[in-house]
Amino acid sequence: MGKLPLRARLATTVGGAAGRMSRMSGRGDGSVIGGVVGLRMEPDLLRLLAAGRQIVLVTGTNGKTTTTRLITAALGALGQEVASNAFGANMDAGMASALGQARSAPFGVLEVDERYLPATIDATAPRVVTLLNLSRDQMDRAAEIWLVARRWREALTDASDTEVVANADDPLIAWAASGAKRVTWVAAGQRWREDSWCCPECGSHLLRNEIDWRCGECSFARPAARWVLDGDSVIDPRGRVHELSLTLPGRANRANAVVALAVAEFFGASLEQTLPRIREVTSVAGRYTQLERDGRMLRLLLAKNPAGWLEAFDVLAPPPTPVLLAVNARVPDGKDTSWLWDVDYRVLRGRPVLVAGERRIDLAIRLEADQVHFRLAGDVDDAVQQVPPGALDVIANYTAFQQIRTALGRAE
Amino acid sequence: MTARHRAPEPDQPDLERPSRPGRRRRGPSGMRLIWVYPDLLSTYGDRGNLLVLERRARLRGIETEAVAVNADQPVPRTGDIYLMGGGEDLPQVLAARRLRSDGGLAAAASGGAVVLAVCAGYQVLGTEFGGAEGEPVQGLGILDIRSGRGERRGVGEIVADVDPELGVPRLTGFENHQGVTMLGPAARPLARVTTGVGNGDGTEGAYAGRVVGTYLHGPVLVRNPGLADLLLSWVAGPLAALSGADEEWARLLREERLTAVAG
Repeated sequence: MGKLPLRARLATTVGGAAGRMSRMSGRGDGSVIGGVVGLRMEPDLLRLLAAGRQIVLVTGTNGKTTTTRLITAALGALGQEVASNAFGANMDAGMASALGQARSAPFGVLEVDERYLPATIDATAPRVVTLLNLSRDQMDRAAEIWLVARRWREALTDASDTEVVANADDPLIAWAASGAKRVTWVAAGQRWREDSWCCPECGSHLLRNEIDWRCGECSFARPAARWVLDGDSVIDPRGRVHELSLTLPGRANRANAVVALAVAEFFGASLEQTLPRIREVTSVAGRYTQLERDGRMLRLLLAKNPAGWLEAFDVLAPPPTPVLLAVNARVPDGKDTSWLWDVDYRVLRGRPVLVAGERRIDLAIRLEADQVHFRLAGDVDDAVQQVPPGALDVIANYTAFQQIRTALGRAE
Repeated sequence: MTARHRAPEPDQPDLERPSRPGRRRRGPSGMRLIWVYPDLLSTYGDRGNLLVLERRARLRGIETEAVAVNADQPVPRTGDIYLMGGGEDLPQVLAARRLRSDGGLAAAASGGAVVLAVCAGYQVLGTEFGGAEGEPVQGLGILDIRSGRGERRGVGEIVADVDPELGVPRLTGFENHQGVTMLGPAARPLARVTTGVGNGDGTEGAYAGRVVGTYLHGPVLVRNPGLADLLLSWVAGPLAALSGADEEWARLLREERLTAVAG
C-alpha cells in the first residue's frame, strides 16, 4: 500500500485513537467511531485507504456479514493479512475504520450496505463485487427494491475492471450483475421469491419453475452458473462435487459458503485450501452463538426481514425445542411491522413459542392469525425462566438481537 | 399456481347464520375471498388482510374459501370479497395492464362484489396513476379517483377518522407512498386524516358502494377489525360480536399504536 497523504494519515491516527477510547470506555466496539472521526477530517479517507489494495465488496439483503466472514476465512489460505469490517459496520465509517486498523493488509473484504454500493465501488475500485440476494427489507427507509438493483447495475456497468460474483438464481441480482463486463455466476438458490415475479428488464411476468426462470416476453433469462449449490454439496466449475459440511447451520449459509469459495478461487485459492477454513467458522458477530444461561442452552439467530425469517426457520431445532421470537421496530429495524405478515409462522405450530421485544403485540396478533400458540415473555431472562432446562432457539430482528446479546453479556 | 387453502374447521359451534342482504348467493363452499395478484401486489404484508377476514369469519361460523390469483391467471368473477395490495412501480403497471385485459375484477365490482384495495392497488382501481417515471398509466376506472406522484414520500404512522356513514372506529395504520390522489364526484373519502398524509389533501382513501381503497398499507384490517367486519357484513349481513378474548390482541395493538402516535 502506498504512503497516505499527511491529512489522511492524521485522520487515520486520530480515528484509531477514538476507536480505542470507545472500546476502553465500553461505549461501543470501536468499529465505527474511528471511521466517523477520520472521515470528518478527510472525506476521501476511504478512497485513500483502499488505494493499492485488492478490495472485495459484499452486499445483498441477507448474509452480508456471514459471507464477509467466510471470504475472509477463505482468503486466509493465501497467507496474507486481510482487513475486514467483520462486525457488520457497513457504511463509510465502518469500512474506513476497518482499513485504517490494518494499514498493511494487501486485501480488504468489506461488507457494504445496499444503498452505499455505488459510492463504495467508486471510492474503492474493487477487484470483486459480490451480490448475494435482494428482497424487501426496511421498506420505510430503503428505496424500492428495483431502484436499488438499477443503481447497482449502473455502477457495475461503469466498473470495467471489476469481477462480479453474483447469484444467478435471484432475478434482480442477475439483472443488476448483467451490466458488468465479467461475471462469475453462482447458483446459490433463492427461497424467498415474492419480490421477483416481475422482469426487471421489461416489466413482464417471469416464468419460473423450481430451478429455472426466464422472462415470458423479452430475452432476459437465468444465466448459466459456474458454481452450483446442490443440497449439502457444491459443484465446482470443473464439475466435481464436494461435501460442504459446514459448522454454520442452514441452507442460507451453504449458499454464502459457495459464494465465498468462488471469490477465493478468483484470487487463486483452491477449494481444497479454502473449504477446510470455511468449515471452521462457528459464529459470526454473535449470530449462531450458543450461550448457556441457567441450564438453558440458547442459540441466537438474527432475522431482519421475511426472507431472513424463512431461512432462520430452516435452522431451528426440531420440536419440542422451544423458540423465543423478539421483534423491535426502531429506525435500524424499520419502523413498520407490516412485514411480519409476509412471514409464514405456521411452521412453528406444535412447539412452545415465546414472544418478546418492543413490538411483541404485533407478533402476538400475527401468531394468533396463524393459529400458533404462544406465551409473552418480558425479556430474554424471563423467557429462559419459562422454558425447561435444555435448548432454546432465539430469533430476533436487529435491535432486539443486540438487546439480547447485551443482556447475555455480548458473547461472541 | 393457484394457492387454494380452506379455512380450518371452526373452533366453536356454528353460530346462527344471520340472514344476509348480499347481492349474491354464497355457494356451498362459503364466502369466496379472492386475493388478486399476490405475486405482484403484496409488498407490505398484504396477506394480513386475508388472514384477518378468514379468522373473523371463522369465529362466527362463516366458512370461507380463499383463492390467491396470480397475474398469469384469470380473475374469477364470482368472488364475494376481492383483496388487492401494495407494490412497487413496475409490478403495479404490469398489474394494471393485466387486470384491464382480464376484465374479471371490474366485472365482479360492477356486479356488486366487495373490493378492498391498498396503496398501489388502491391507485390501480382509479382511472389513472403515475408509473415508474411519473408518466400517467391507465387504471381500471372502478373508483372515481386519479393519482399522481407527490413531491415527497409519505412514510409513517397514520390516523384517520372514518366517514360516519360507515360506522367504523378511527383508522390506525402505516403508510409508505409517494402518491397523491384526487377524488372525483362518484367517490367519497373513506376518512379524514388526523396524523399522516393519506390522499394528500387531508382526506384518506376512497369508497363507492362496496369498493374501498386506502393508503393504509399491508395489514390495514389487522389494526382495524371494525373495517374488516364492515366488509364481511356487506356479504354476510349483520355479524355477531366477538368475545373479548377473541378481540384482545387487536384491542391492545390499537391502543398501543394510537397511544404511540398521540405521544
